[in-house]
Amino acid sequence: MLEIRDLHASINGNEILRGVNLRVNAGEVHAIMGPNGSGKSTLAAVLAGRDVYSVSRGTVTYEGKDLLEMDPEERARGGVFLAFQYPVEIPGVTNSYFLKTALNAIRKHRGLEELDAVDFLKLIRERMRLVDMEESFLHRPVNEGFSGGEKKRNEIFHMAVLEPKLAILDETDSGLDIDALRIVADGVNKLRRKDNATIVVTHYQRLLNYIIPDFVHVLVDGQVMRSGGKELALELEEKGYDWVKETPENVTT
Amino acid sequence: MTTEPNTIEDLANREYKWGFVSDVESESAPKGLGEATIRYISARKNEPEWLLEWRLKSYRHWLQMTEPTWANVRYPKVDYQDIIYYSAPKKKPGLKSLSEVDPELLRTYEKLGIPLREQEMLAGVAVDAVFDSVSVATTYKGKLKELGIIFCSFSEAVQEHPELVRKYLGSVVPPNDNFFAALNSAVFSDGSFCYIPKGVRCPMELSTYFRINAANTGQFERTLIVAEEGAYVSYLEGCTAPMRDTNQLHAAVVELVAVGDNASIKYSTVQNWYPGDKEGRGGIYNFVTKRGKCIGRNTRISWTQVETGSAITWKYPSVILQGDNAVGEFYSVAVVNNHQQADTGTKMIHIGKNTRSTIVSKGISAGFGQNSYRGQVSIKKGATNARNFSQCDSLLLGDTCGAHTFPYIEVRNTTSKVEHEASTSKIGEDQIFYCKQRGLAAEDAVNMIVNGFCREVFRELPMEFAVEAQKLLGVSLEGSVG
Ligand SMILES: Nc1ncnc2c1ncn2[C@@H]1O[C@H](COP(=O)(O)OP(=O)(O)OP(=O)(O)O)[C@@H](O)[C@H]1O
Ligand SMILES: [Mg+2]
Repeated sequence: MLEIRDLHASINGNEILRGVNLRVNAGEVHAIMGPNGSGKSTLAAVLAGRDVYSVSRGTVTYEGKDLLEMDPEERARGGVFLAFQYPVEIPGVTNSYFLKTALNAIRKHRGLEELDAVDFLKLIRERMRLVDMEESFLHRPVNEGFSGGEKKRNEIFHMAVLEPKLAILDETDSGLDIDALRIVADGVNKLRRKDNATIVVTHYQRLLNYIIPDFVHVLVDGQVMRSGGKELALELEEKGYDWVKETPENVTT
Repeated sequence: MTTEPNTIEDLANREYKWGFVSDVESESAPKGLGEATIRYISARKNEPEWLLEWRLKSYRHWLQMTEPTWANVRYPKVDYQDIIYYSAPKKKPGLKSLSEVDPELLRTYEKLGIPLREQEMLAGVAVDAVFDSVSVATTYKGKLKELGIIFCSFSEAVQEHPELVRKYLGSVVPPNDNFFAALNSAVFSDGSFCYIPKGVRCPMELSTYFRINAANTGQFERTLIVAEEGAYVSYLEGCTAPMRDTNQLHAAVVELVAVGDNASIKYSTVQNWYPGDKEGRGGIYNFVTKRGKCIGRNTRISWTQVETGSAITWKYPSVILQGDNAVGEFYSVAVVNNHQQADTGTKMIHIGKNTRSTIVSKGISAGFGQNSYRGQVSIKKGATNARNFSQCDSLLLGDTCGAHTFPYIEVRNTTSKVEHEASTSKIGEDQIFYCKQRGLAAEDAVNMIVNGFCREVFRELPMEFAVEAQKLLGVSLEGSVG
């Protein structure tokens, strides 16, 4: 589904990603861990198409297409979803209106009929249950005045409504309380299917007890320094990132 | 990849959709202004002697006055002798039905998306259409008449209800109020007149569409709305204007009078006069005086405006809160693009006890546009427990535009409370990216963000007008689920 090869990306002349290699197949869950500033969010943003980053080398193939050639909205319509580390507020635009517009843009792109108000409401009510979201959040402006945890949960709600093929969750677990963490993880698990894939960026092994990854990758200084199974996360927790830095083992999955 | 500046430029480059000139033959006064011009206008309109005198007196005031320069707008000097002050469609006014209206004129309205017939049948909106200077069609008169409501062209009111016109004309905006009001008082062409008698709640939105058409014809509307005790009316004014090279002057005066206790007037405007081309050539000069007076107790006057057009806007819809417990409101969206300049805001003059006012101003600047909010809140000595809340937000799209805020606050009563909040923000790249990441096209993302920014004002507009306002901003209305 996704193949990243030797990806180099920089911002303001600083090279942040320095040759990332990663392969994600349909049905898989990948966890990306790594120290602060190692480039995890940068990788997520480059995949989503944020144009403040410039890609100097490497390729990204998504479902056989050159992902880097696509506009961000094309990527989104093609099934790429990013749950933001810092979700953005859009004053005056209600969550439900925002989602309806987004969903219909995606559906239109895929040759599906746009949902009318009634069908849409039915759909979002159902998806709200998936992440245990209160109805009032539908009528509030997107993320405005939401608590940190509510914003994160709202990202997963968006994901539940838009049903992406490739979801990238950038530290969705940070800032969630214990119950919310379980709810969000449950939601992600319920949305897990044979034909979609998830990349989970996290600092905490804890999340991976709920969302069981097929692979764990450690990103250090803009490179995947180590990859392994879910036990790698436990090992990291025990030994810290220095351990990875000291015994590098640049692996391509 | 589409970049944000492109989006904003695309929006900025959107052609003025309604720029066309209709071919109705018009009959005009010779160019220039003098007592003879005023006598010509007055005679053409068959006006009573007192009104001619009123015009002439206004003209003499005007001669003594100088054009204001304090507004934050720049434009070449207007040559007041190079303007035609009166122009009327050839067909005689006073038609009984729409079928008598010049078909060319009807087509013009259709192009504007204002099919009168449909409006009459479907929308339940009575339209008093001002085409250049003479009202050509008035609908729903019968139904309104049953309720004792008078809704007609200003000229007609002069003929049919001279006592009402004489009583209230200039009672809120005196002829010597300012340079442009004096000019209007001297040469006003036509406009609407509306009278709601005691205890009557007007059952429909009253609306007027204005359109400047004949070349070089300044348009000088005069509108007067009077609400008696317990009366209520909601009035809509909307306008688009055709493409023109030379600048056109528009100096309207609108007076609202909430006379008796509990009278309430809501006045909504969508203004889309021709803004000029991308280089700032042409476009309407919109120098408007709008003011309301809350005379009775518990009266309310509410202004809502969406200003998207005109090369220059100079406009401060105001409320004089004279009666105790009177309420004044001003909700405004002002958009400037390319080389447009707007200096707009309000004045809230608190005289009575417990008077309250709310000001919500949303300024959006793009291209090389300059947007100024200018607002005055004045609490007079006797205005015990007066309250004002003002909120002025500016949104910038791009780096070459400007937003300015000039609040003037004057408080003479210590029991009063005045609050002012202001903010300036740039449309966020992160906001646009967030929307795109959810599948929205760049343009839709900008529209959505701008629309959200204006939401507090749009929700004050009557539904059908809100739709038009969104269209004018190129934004789709928040849906029924919203
Ligand atoms: N505009 C910028 N100019 C210069 N450096 C930048 C800019 N934006 C990001 N960076 C740098 O890029 C590096 C990678 O940032 P990124 O957000 O990808 O890290 P991260 O792995 O997600 O970290 P965290 O775990 O803290 O979220 C950081 O060192 C950051 O300071
Ligand atoms: Mg990060």
